Amino acid sequence: MLILPSNDTAPSEITPRDLFDNRRRFLQAAGLTLAAGAAAWIGAVPSARAATKLGPLARSPLSTDEAQTPFKSVTTYNNYYEFGTEKEDPAENAGKLQVRPWTVRVEGLVGKPRTFDIDDLIKLAPLEERIYRLRCVEAWSMVIPWLGFPLSALLKQVEPQGSAKYVQFVSHYDPKIMLRRPVLDWPYTEGLRLDEAMHPLTLLTLGLYGEVLPNQNGAPVRVIVPWKYGFKSAKSIVAIRLVEKEPPTAWNKAAPSEYGFYSNVNPQVDHPRWSQASERRIGEFRKRPTPMFNGYAEQVASLYQGMDLRRNF
Amino acid sequence: MNFRTPTATQIAAIKAVLFALCLIPLALYIQRGLDDALGANPIETITRASGEWTLRFLLITLAVTPLRRFSGLNWLLRLRRMLGLFTFFYACLHATTYFWLDQFFDLHGIAKDILKRPFITVGFSALVLLVPLAVTSSNAMIRRLGGRRWQSLHRSVYAIGVLAVIHYWWLVKADILKPAIYAVLLAVLLGMRGWWRELERRRQLAAAAPPSPPRGKVIPLVVKAPRQT
Repeated sequence: MLILPSNDTAPSEITPRDLFDNRRRFLQAAGLTLAAGAAAWIGAVPSARAATKLGPLARSPLSTDEAQTPFKSVTTYNNYYEFGTEKEDPAENAGKLQVRPWTVRVEGLVGKPRTFDIDDLIKLAPLEERIYRLRCVEAWSMVIPWLGFPLSALLKQVEPQGSAKYVQFVSHYDPKIMLRRPVLDWPYTEGLRLDEAMHPLTLLTLGLYGEVLPNQNGAPVRVIVPWKYGFKSAKSIVAIRLVEKEPPTAWNKAAPSEYGFYSNVNPQVDHPRWSQASERRIGEFRKRPTPMFNGYAEQVASLYQGMDLRRNF
Repeated sequence: MNFRTPTATQIAAIKAVLFALCLIPLALYIQRGLDDALGANPIETITRASGEWTLRFLLITLAVTPLRRFSGLNWLLRLRRMLGLFTFFYACLHATTYFWLDQFFDLHGIAKDILKRPFITVGFSALVLLVPLAVTSSNAMIRRLGGRRWQSLHRSVYAIGVLAVIHYWWLVKADILKPAIYAVLLAVLLGMRGWWRELERRRQLAAAAPPSPPRGKVIPLVVKAPRQT
């Protein structure tokens, strides 16, 4: 398949968050140093986040150059129902999640099933920064600089068998620290068709804004499928299963008439209870129209050729 | 102060305090707005908050009659109009956030939403039904309509309560805990009225035969009913 980069230019002008923070710290430190009359040699203070930074990062032509949603919004306005169903709940409660040690089992119809330790997984392929639009099924959106590598790099390692047609993702569930009410059928599960999972846009995601994923964003590893509604992008993954039949998915089980297996962003197919024609970009006042496949039609429309997207919503 | 029978001045003071209390939710959200503390999606925050406060005021208003019956403090009834009007006030704020901040007065979009989206249909109906109640809330209107007609009109608030809870229930994606709590509270408030009605019916039947039953429904406004066991 021919993958064309979108018309967006590389985001070379964006100041990385860590650089930005370091400058601030440098200035603060410099002020303190002067006040103390100490030697002027002392430069930047080591970053408190040094241990959590990821890198080096390759730029990706698949990134958008749209204005990024502030880090604070990205990390305080979350749908991560295991940690509470209000937007601010995950930021408050996800701190309880232990992200080390962590393993991801890749199993099912594969030649080489394997359990990856998270620290090996991070080194499996070169990390890229991918600045993607994220469109929630609730008609809001963000632009987020994710860090990761194509999921296909992982799937190729385990050698999917010919009979594997779908990929199922299973999220971590621990009733001791997570919601016990059966709002959804825990653990959270999601799924993609194998060709969707192998698509270069589908990102195995380990970080955002230059850092490891904050817990509320699905640490330590999640998937990002930018042309689908956000709930398709499973968080805190513990197992990836290659299967023959379309796997059950959490939201589809909860309300099959509202959340289809595909759930591609589609402004022409409304959610039964609200319109999907437009969205509110977080931080913006007025709504903006929602583009087909969340603006990734050029790259992904061919996956669905001949399909009735109204029926396969 | 005599809690059973406060003086007119005392009632006026109580009303003034209540008025200020009812404005606290609005004041808090204005303060949060000025502090830039409405979260990542301020429009959603205020839409949700105004909607939830409408529902709360509606339930508080519906709680006046049971409170009066249980406590015997008949003057509580004199606070009900203000609470009802604050329900309408927060409903208007809620509707304004939708018409303005969500739809930007796009009449076509609003009309489509009202027709196509059941939760908006139901919410909009509740708002429309509140208007005649607000309009007829003055003493002059009560006199013009006559007590009984006024009362039957204002009973539509029970239906409005049901519509408001459905509106909330149909809005949430999966976690129905909060709408379910409001549904239970509303069911209790309406259920008590149904129960009292039934008791009253039985009492009238029992006392019926001689000589002639009172015309219409007996509304114990002043006389404290003997406690039923």
